[in-house]
Amino acid sequence: MQKYLAIFQIRFVNSLQYRTAALAGIATQFAWGFMEILAFQAFYRVDPSSFPMTLSQTVSYIWMQQAFLALFMNWFFEPEIFNAVLSGSIAYELARPIDLYSRWFCQAAANRLAKAVLRCMPILLVAFLLPEPFRMSLPASLPQFLLFLIAVFLGLGVIVSFSMLVYVTTFYTLSPIGTRLIAAVLADFLAGAIIPLPFFPQPFRTIAEWLPFASMQNMPLRIYSGHIAGHDALTGILLQIVWLTILILAGRRLMSRALRHVVVQGG
Amino acid sequence: MRLYLKFFTMHLKSQMQYKTSFFLTAVSQFLVSFTALLGVWFMFLRFNEVNGFTFPQVLLCHAVVLLSFSLAECFGRGFDVFPQLIGNGMFDRVLVRPRSAVFQVLASQVEFSRIGRLLQALVVFIYAIPASGILWTWDRVVTLCLMIICGSFVFFFLFLVYAAISFFTIEGLEFMNILTDGGREFGRYPFAVYGKAVLGFLTYVIPLALFQYYPLLYLLGLETSRLYMLMPLLSLLFGIPAIAFWRFGLHRYRSTGS
Repeated sequence: MQKYLAIFQIRFVNSLQYRTAALAGIATQFAWGFMEILAFQAFYRVDPSSFPMTLSQTVSYIWMQQAFLALFMNWFFEPEIFNAVLSGSIAYELARPIDLYSRWFCQAAANRLAKAVLRCMPILLVAFLLPEPFRMSLPASLPQFLLFLIAVFLGLGVIVSFSMLVYVTTFYTLSPIGTRLIAAVLADFLAGAIIPLPFFPQPFRTIAEWLPFASMQNMPLRIYSGHIAGHDALTGILLQIVWLTILILAGRRLMSRALRHVVVQGG
Repeated sequence: MRLYLKFFTMHLKSQMQYKTSFFLTAVSQFLVSFTALLGVWFMFLRFNEVNGFTFPQVLLCHAVVLLSFSLAECFGRGFDVFPQLIGNGMFDRVLVRPRSAVFQVLASQVEFSRIGRLLQALVVFIYAIPASGILWTWDRVVTLCLMIICGSFVFFFLFLVYAAISFFTIEGLEFMNILTDGGREFGRYPFAVYGKAVLGFLTYVIPLALFQYYPLLYLLGLETSRLYMLMPLLSLLFGIPAIAFWRFGLHRYRSTGS
């Protein structure tokens, strides 16, 4: 356990180095969130009654999404892992007395977390101070906030274990670009990155809510905004745990099969 | 021009060497904008209109922006990856050759996989042009063509500004993405949807609305003044500060080479 914590720590500190990049990212995400909210408001003006969430829930959803973008975006992969497979340095990785799956898992999780920690504070701070229709609201209660925190970590786990599946396919295809992009695009859409899942028409909504992608950003963001509360939130978290277990088991199984036949590229 | 054609065929041939990779990238390009489209469609299943625009009318906007962006990106890709050229010092080689820098950067990359997005824009046009309920008189056809052509130029100028910034910062600035990628993403709705302040900004500062929102009003017959039809031409004025900024950056350029 200690060595994984160490990997986590190294990655975390390493990512904290890029502060200017983070600043530019913050500005972009801020403007992006603003435009999203304006678009949703335009729809809200048309017909408030067919809005599936309240306006302030939607606003909170969008700000949280922008603040934790690095945590929840599927297109954010670790180039280092792809390179390890493609360049053949995977050989060194395999020689280490460390479980490869866990190592990559920690690395990916730490990078995402560090990026998010660096970027979320300024966005959240401003979002809380904005004038009314744009202001982000606090979660309804303390238990709700705790549920949100649990859902964030489970969501992170689901995303990372999903991207692990993509990394493992690199062993077979050796050309990560295609699978990577297609997986990321579909997962993002089904996780509610483009429009929140409640805006999906039936039956798409029900289907999407049962898929593993709904356990990614959808769950924590909706718990935070209060759209999912109480009993539903607990069921949602249970679903997250189920998907997390399935994805990790599948990823480990696939990886051990891939490693049995691994061809070390390059020389 | 002949030289550019030569480069063009060269890039085409080289990218066709990796057919699977090309195909997959094109498919994923298609998917990226397809999910955005799906999002718009889902919203319109719930709400019938936004700011008085119906679904096919919004699609017309979406397709114009998508098509002009893809064209600009396809040919202006060199400027998109320009910060790398500066970063590794390769730009020095560009400067010693007897052709203009803009031309060389332009010719250095042509990204054909953008065809995925292009195709989608065309499909959307095929649906939206009859469905939007517009009576297609010749002046409206001209307006639509102007929207697409001028739109491509405006996006291209934005790429140019993005590249020129890297003369000063060496790195690409993520913030410009809000104007390029953001312009593409948020251009799926007529810009008036975002309110007066944003519309003003996109009219007078970064003229994205000039080739999207105002001529759309003319297309829909909401405005009959010819001025609205010719608005896209006005957006080309953005080229003046963009090119001036590029020149200024080029003038100030100091090599990072090794």
